[in-house]
Amino acid sequence: MSTATTPIAPTPVVTKRTAFRVFGLSVSTIIRYVLLVALAVIFSGPLLWMVSLSLKPDNEMNQIPPQLVPIHPTFDNYGKALYGYLPMVDFNRIAINTIIYVTLATLGVLFSSATVGYGFARIPFKGSGVLFPIVLATLMLPSQVTLIPQYLLFKQLDWINSLKPLIIPVWFGGIQGAFYIFLFRQFFLTIPREFDDAALIDGASHFDILWRVMLPLSVPAAITCVALSIVEHWNDFFGPLIYAPGLDVTVIAVFLTYFSVPQQSTPVNLLMAAATVSVVPVILVFLVLQDYFVQGVTMTGLKEG
Amino acid sequence: MSVSTSAIASGKKKPFLTRTDLLGYLFISPWLVGFLVFTLFPFLASLFLSLTDWKVVGAWNFVGLDNYMHMVDGTDSKFFPSLRATVYYAAVAVPGNQIIALLLALLLSKKSPLIAIFRTFFYIPAIATGVGTAYLWAQIFSTHGGLLNSAFEAIGLPTIPWLYSLVWSMPALIIIGLWNSGQSMLIYLAALQGVPQTLYDAASVDGAGPFSKFRHVTLPSITPAMFFNIVLGFIGSFQVFTTAYIITQGGPGDATLFYTLYLFRVAFRDLRMGYAAGLAWVLFLIILVITAVQLLVSRYWVYYEGATPGAAAGPR
Repeated sequence: MSTATTPIAPTPVVTKRTAFRVFGLSVSTIIRYVLLVALAVIFSGPLLWMVSLSLKPDNEMNQIPPQLVPIHPTFDNYGKALYGYLPMVDFNRIAINTIIYVTLATLGVLFSSATVGYGFARIPFKGSGVLFPIVLATLMLPSQVTLIPQYLLFKQLDWINSLKPLIIPVWFGGIQGAFYIFLFRQFFLTIPREFDDAALIDGASHFDILWRVMLPLSVPAAITCVALSIVEHWNDFFGPLIYAPGLDVTVIAVFLTYFSVPQQSTPVNLLMAAATVSVVPVILVFLVLQDYFVQGVTMTGLKEG
Repeated sequence: MSVSTSAIASGKKKPFLTRTDLLGYLFISPWLVGFLVFTLFPFLASLFLSLTDWKVVGAWNFVGLDNYMHMVDGTDSKFFPSLRATVYYAAVAVPGNQIIALLLALLLSKKSPLIAIFRTFFYIPAIATGVGTAYLWAQIFSTHGGLLNSAFEAIGLPTIPWLYSLVWSMPALIIIGLWNSGQSMLIYLAALQGVPQTLYDAASVDGAGPFSKFRHVTLPSITPAMFFNIVLGFIGSFQVFTTAYIITQGGPGDATLFYTLYLFRVAFRDLRMGYAAGLAWVLFLIILVITAVQLLVSRYWVYYEGATPGAAAGPR
């Protein structure tokens, strides 16, 4: 860095400027908090507006200007939106599909990223120096460039209109899998070698080491993967839209699109109720596992070298 | 590559692949199989498809570079509009994201008890983003009792025909993109926390004020994070799909016809798979060139610890 190049003066006097204080807080602190609060309102406002709309009875929907908070809030919209407004659709089926997709994809993420991550972190095999950069390079590959042959492949396998094209590739580290492999490898590298060496001397195989030594020590990495994977697959729209658009095989993200029919006005309060249902689970996952999301960034984002 | 210890100990002639090598391949086999079947094969197959007029049903012909020619010779009236929309979005949203994410991260970088709560507020939109929030933003931008125009009216500003306007529909989608700055914010926050306090102390000794410190200590120290965010930001914003698909359907006109939305239509509405594969390869090449240029340029502005600017950048 180019700072601190001048020779240090014999008595370095760091001038402590006396800041204006209001109620014991410096002006800069107050400005900072005012900005933070204003930004928090801007960032959370849209989601609060969604909840507000979802609670408005029909007769409050056409008020101009709109009331920020419903005068007579009602939860009826939720029941109507999920069961009734779309008589062709079985919402329970869709909710179960979504949970199946997210669960099996997340288990697939854990399986593939832990085994592959271990292979790259701990086994010095011929070619790993070439293959690992390829893993990372696939992160930059736009998914569109593999989309059409993938679609034709899944069509050939008769997997279209099922969750298979969305779940099975994940077990093979497909789609965004490289990120999770990288995350696990980085975490395994932080575990001291002495642990595996001790186990190796006891006659343990690599499978034992992964299963009995590494994974118990890698619970934080595993939770990070689970958290990120739940959010990724819950929010996935493009995949289900292409591979599983049908009424009884699809997921919540596609379900929401059923509300808007061309040439017909959409019942906004019902749509917002359904949208709220689609958003609340991921927000809850985030609130519970917040620290692990942050860890995911620090583990993978910026470790140079 | 290292040699399995057992091979040395037994003194036998080393086989091409030792037991360790085989074990390594066993462990990475899920990825290797997945890579070959779901990535490499489709990657190459789409290049081949792009040289055909494959339409799912019926006979198909090898057409050479015709698909690529038709993109640029005016046969395809949507190619350049979709490219224009995508570049417009990326050129505004990616820098905009950096400014907002960095501002948020700087506001959060001082230690205090409420910081975790604010961080949650700023990050939740990035978590919640999807079809539900796309429909939500369609309501916010609505010209009939939409939140934004109502707020504008309340404070005496002129209302804006957001999604119905050739001019304002893209800014509307960019605003939605900026709402999702939380991911980049986390990365900047991690980078800011990694700046050594000794650098700030040294700058203080030199008499640097807050702005000077930001300019000469903070900013250079977080350039690797900035580089990371910008590279991934461009890759991501060239693939934006959901907001345009849900909110504007590419309109009005072709003002928000993102490249990926156009590609989706060519492939799955018109079933012109060969042409769509060509579009996908052009997208891939564009992203490749942008990323390569950024890598080349990075050595002039990204500072890595222990490396002097202008010299070869350290390994990432």
